[in-house]
Amino acid sequence: MEMKKMRENLGWLYYQYLLITGIYVLEPWEQSVFNTVLFTTVAMVIYTSYVFVPVHVRLALEFFSELVREQPESTVALMN
Amino acid sequence: MTQNSASKLLNGDTVHRTKQDKKASGNGFVKTHCVFQQQQKRYRRPAEKNHHASCASPLYNKPFAESFEETPLLVAVLTYVGYGILTIFGYLRDFLRDWKFEKCHLAREREQQKDFVPLYQDFENFYTRNLYMRIRDNWNRPICSVPGAKMDLVEQVTPDYNWTFEHTGKVLKDVINMGSYNYLGFAENSGTCADAASECTVKYGAGVSSTRQEMGNLDKHEELEKLVARFLGVESSMVFGMGFATNSMNIPALTGKGCLVLSDELNHTSLVLGARLSGSTIRVFKHNNMQSLEKLLRDAIVHGQPRTHRPWKKILILVEGIYSMEGSIVRLPEVIALKKKYKAYLYLDEAHSIGALGPRGRGVVDYFGLDPSDVDIMMGTFTKSFGAAGGYIGGKKELIDYLRLHSHSAVYATSMSPPVTQQIITSMKCIMGEDSATLGQERLCQLSENTTYFRRRLHEMGFIIYGNNDSPVVPLMLYMPAKIGAFGREMLKRNIGTVVVGFPATPIIESRARFCVSAAHTREMLDTALNAISEVGDLLQLKYSRKNRPGSEGSDCFSYLESHQD
Repeated sequence: MEMKKMRENLGWLYYQYLLITGIYVLEPWEQSVFNTVLFTTVAMVIYTSYVFVPVHVRLALEFFSELVREQPESTVALMN
Repeated sequence: MTQNSASKLLNGDTVHRTKQDKKASGNGFVKTHCVFQQQQKRYRRPAEKNHHASCASPLYNKPFAESFEETPLLVAVLTYVGYGILTIFGYLRDFLRDWKFEKCHLAREREQQKDFVPLYQDFENFYTRNLYMRIRDNWNRPICSVPGAKMDLVEQVTPDYNWTFEHTGKVLKDVINMGSYNYLGFAENSGTCADAASECTVKYGAGVSSTRQEMGNLDKHEELEKLVARFLGVESSMVFGMGFATNSMNIPALTGKGCLVLSDELNHTSLVLGARLSGSTIRVFKHNNMQSLEKLLRDAIVHGQPRTHRPWKKILILVEGIYSMEGSIVRLPEVIALKKKYKAYLYLDEAHSIGALGPRGRGVVDYFGLDPSDVDIMMGTFTKSFGAAGGYIGGKKELIDYLRLHSHSAVYATSMSPPVTQQIITSMKCIMGEDSATLGQERLCQLSENTTYFRRRLHEMGFIIYGNNDSPVVPLMLYMPAKIGAFGREMLKRNIGTVVVGFPATPIIESRARFCVSAAHTREMLDTALNAISEVGDLLQLKYSRKNRPGSEGSDCFSYLESHQD
């Protein structure tokens, strides 16, 4: 029963996706083309973010934390 | 001066400035009407145009409640996205058709014409090929019974995605009809009207075979014209065979070069066509907006004709009683006040409102309790409330006598067919109560009850409904292109026939489903229809309205937007 309800729910969500993007009116092969293109794009976006986002975030954090650390060091040097 | 040459034609109202006029002629009296109240306290958002004439306005004897709720932003964005995707696929299909990867089902230019200016490249043809064709099965469905409260449809299937249709031979019986303009339920094949019409056919035959001016003027037509004049409360009237032709052929007879036509933004094609054919200057004012109309009138009178600054020969204001795409009712008291102040003429097209509004069914003039002689030209059609076909024009005797000689329709168009004339005579007598039955009054009450009930229930369910609370035309907003097709098909699956309207008739993102409530609908039929609409609304997520309504939490997925706008 659980599986059936989940499948119904997924079917309804897919129907909403068809209606909102307007794919509902297209022929089946056009729907497949659009779904393929969209799926490929989304997969590429996820892959790129998985590979690059942690590295970029780490580098950005390092850059900004260096700026903050440099400040007290230089004032201390001036004082001395 | 604006009435100079027209005084022979429209035997003018020699305006005795009454007390009310004197007050009205004070500077900007009409403009300072606080008619458009932003109901700031109750509905902070969503921003909507909610028209209430409740602030001590002396012209309205009952509250004038119209609402046109604004499109939710997310829905508008998604609608544009949907149209964008469909346009891209349209280009793809055109490319395939051009390069012969796919068979082309439509009209194409011939090989010899390929080097000339292309014929089918404009947006309208693109839209027809790529968007309209895909959901074409929602329109032109053949009906095989009388279009009353319930009808029979011929079932059709399409093997090649709506390019061609085939009849399976099955007939869908007793489909609830929410699309016919059958406001008083006179579209029936049994009863006094049908019997009288068949007797008339036996006596006169079905065709007239001539125009009005030659041999086509039957005594039935004269009888009908006197009856229509009595019904409307005017001096005289004239009937024509076709409603569209009444507008498009008579406005050219009334105005010409050197005249000014002020027409509402959302006027019907027949009015626009008539105005353009006449050759007058046309200026458009915003829909039902009296400030815009007054500004145009003042500019016209102050500046006169474009280059010469001579005064206009006539100024004619074209409005409709009920606008069928919006469901809004014209602000007739204000228009008449403006017309009297600036000495213009008023042409009122009551195609949808005659028989459907007003306590006695005499149209929008009766609804507001005004004097019919204030409206110079009252036009209407018999197609909607009387179950027949044709149109009429009513007004002063000199005007109608002039039209009998000079209207194109009288000279060239075939006159009304006898059984149709008899149907109108019988139904009109029924509405007026002259055949000593109470059927007419019952139907009028039933229609207004049905209208109020239907609108209230739809509003409570959370749909966005446009228009006035008293108009029997109910547009329900759909917005997204795919939902147009889905709504029509899902309703047909539940045995309810509806009319959905898309781009050329409405603005591109405001597509809608239009319901026409009828006096022939019983409460059970309306309940069935409403339950089906609610089901389909949940299935398609159509309940966009964000106004406060009972039990609305969490039923729509746009509720998070409310918190954002706080």
